Amino acid sequence: MPDIVLYAAEVTLNGLMAGVLYALVALGFVLIFKASGIFNYAQGVLALFAALTLVGIQRGQVPFAHLINAMTGKHYTNFPWEIPALLAILLTAAVMVVLAIIIEKLVLKHLVNQAPIILFMATIGMAYFLEGFGDVMWGSDIKTLDVGLPQGLNEMIDNTTYNWFGYGFFIDNLDIVASVVAVLLVTALTLFSQFSKQGRALRAVADDHQAALSVGISLRFIWILVWSIAGFVALVAGVMWGSKSGVQFSLSLIALKALPVLMLGGFTSIPGAIVGGLIIGVGEKLFELLIGAPFLGGATENWFAYVLALVFLVFRPQGLFGEKIIERV
Amino acid sequence: MNDMSDGYVTADGRQIGGVLMEMKNITLKFGGVTAIKDISFDVRAGEIRAIIGPNGAGKSSMLNVISGFYVPTEGEVWFKGVKRGPMRPYQVARLGIARTFQNIALFDGMSVLDNILTGRLTLMKKGLLSQAAWWWSGAAQEEYEHREKVEKIIDFLEIQNIRKTPVGRLPYGLKKRVELARALAAEPKILLLDEPMAGMNVEEKEDMSRFILDVNDEFGTTIVLIEHDMGVVMDLSDRVVVMDYGKKIGDGTPDEVRTNQDVIDAYLGVAHD
Repeated sequence: MPDIVLYAAEVTLNGLMAGVLYALVALGFVLIFKASGIFNYAQGVLALFAALTLVGIQRGQVPFAHLINAMTGKHYTNFPWEIPALLAILLTAAVMVVLAIIIEKLVLKHLVNQAPIILFMATIGMAYFLEGFGDVMWGSDIKTLDVGLPQGLNEMIDNTTYNWFGYGFFIDNLDIVASVVAVLLVTALTLFSQFSKQGRALRAVADDHQAALSVGISLRFIWILVWSIAGFVALVAGVMWGSKSGVQFSLSLIALKALPVLMLGGFTSIPGAIVGGLIIGVGEKLFELLIGAPFLGGATENWFAYVLALVFLVFRPQGLFGEKIIERV
Repeated sequence: MNDMSDGYVTADGRQIGGVLMEMKNITLKFGGVTAIKDISFDVRAGEIRAIIGPNGAGKSSMLNVISGFYVPTEGEVWFKGVKRGPMRPYQVARLGIARTFQNIALFDGMSVLDNILTGRLTLMKKGLLSQAAWWWSGAAQEEYEHREKVEKIIDFLEIQNIRKTPVGRLPYGLKKRVELARALAAEPKILLLDEPMAGMNVEEKEDMSRFILDVNDEFGTTIVLIEHDMGVVMDLSDRVVVMDYGKKIGDGTPDEVRTNQDVIDAYLGVAHD
């Protein structure tokens, strides 16, 4: 088999897995947008905040240490303990629920029935507040996140492909774990939304607020629920991206990678987020390999996803799986 | 409450019970506009109670006060002999007061079946965790029971053939029927119908009238309905409240109301010229 085909196959596989990671971030956007019509600009920062909190809890960092030290003249940094990864993840999930409640009480409650653009602005404010708050709470240094996920070359795949094709595929274990987790997460979310009573209520709220109220659904409860779930999804994305590339400010920028995924897959579709993520992941890697690097001087991954999404928008503005836009005159 | 025990027998021989809900001196103002002026009336268990009046009389406002979408500026709502505090619409729904809307508020993206199932949300008791343990916790059993009840309502309203259709695709008359089904699914003590016949043709109106009578007969549901079409209302209802410009101008059986001079003036426009 010619080398380029094998190489393209490897790149495609890696692209699929990168796509899964994009999809994880996009999922958080879709959940909130479906239920409340809010484009949540803070989703990326939510992932950063979740990762920061997870690292902090795991290492037994004293929250707000800098602030406390500045006021008391002490030198606290860490509690004399470390917390096992699994427990730390559960505690972080609890923190995300508390955060959802605070967001609802302090912000969303006061913006009921406001125009979407105002809610969008509010999430921009929240994003930067949360970014600063995360720094104050856990410090602004770059941290590494290790919850014991396998990392590095998967030797089994490397050996098998070498034996078959005479060329070993480089597949990162972390990417495999991320894909499995993403599949589990999406399955769980789908089951929840289709079969549980809260899921049914959530779909109802997404469809019509007034009707939802009239069948006894509390909008505030649903919003807290939705933001909690978005918090969980952000936590999962934060764990995966954080393990891959460290926990630092740039983690919040992965949200920007979710934008073309959303444009492609549609803002209201969970399967759309997944498929969109995969297309973007594979598309940008293959484009770089086959066209970008040889003809365009490389670094096309920075912009290819957006251009692809733009082309797509022109022909199908609602995205692959988005609800069809019909305006009646 | 003072007179829960008494009741009356209708012309067609149905036994009507004591007072289920009482509106006491309800006034509703929006800024300087008074939508409802000091109106009192009661609703008895098992009866079909109509609120009628010309456009802009304040009928829908009254229904919104009952269902918690508006909070009255003055006055009290008593339900089952207890004064109701200020409540949000979802809390009123959980009390057992279901409603439909004049302009239809359904979940367009969901199927007819799913729409009607949302009507039973307040009756579903299993929490999130036991739902996750679907078979083991009995959540599956609960879901089956709810679905069975919903199927009965679907049969009752003769909408079997559109069970799986997304509501957004249905014609107007069927949407109205689905909305009624969803309200019924909650097994309400009181069913509030906001202009159930608005925008319907004669045949659809007859169907809807029949369903309303059947619901009342079969489930014993107390019904409060709003209409501005006098003819339909007079045939359907046991007692009628007539509103005009936010005030109550008549209250009684259809026959009493029909001969009331204020009502005749309001409807024929005598008072306005």
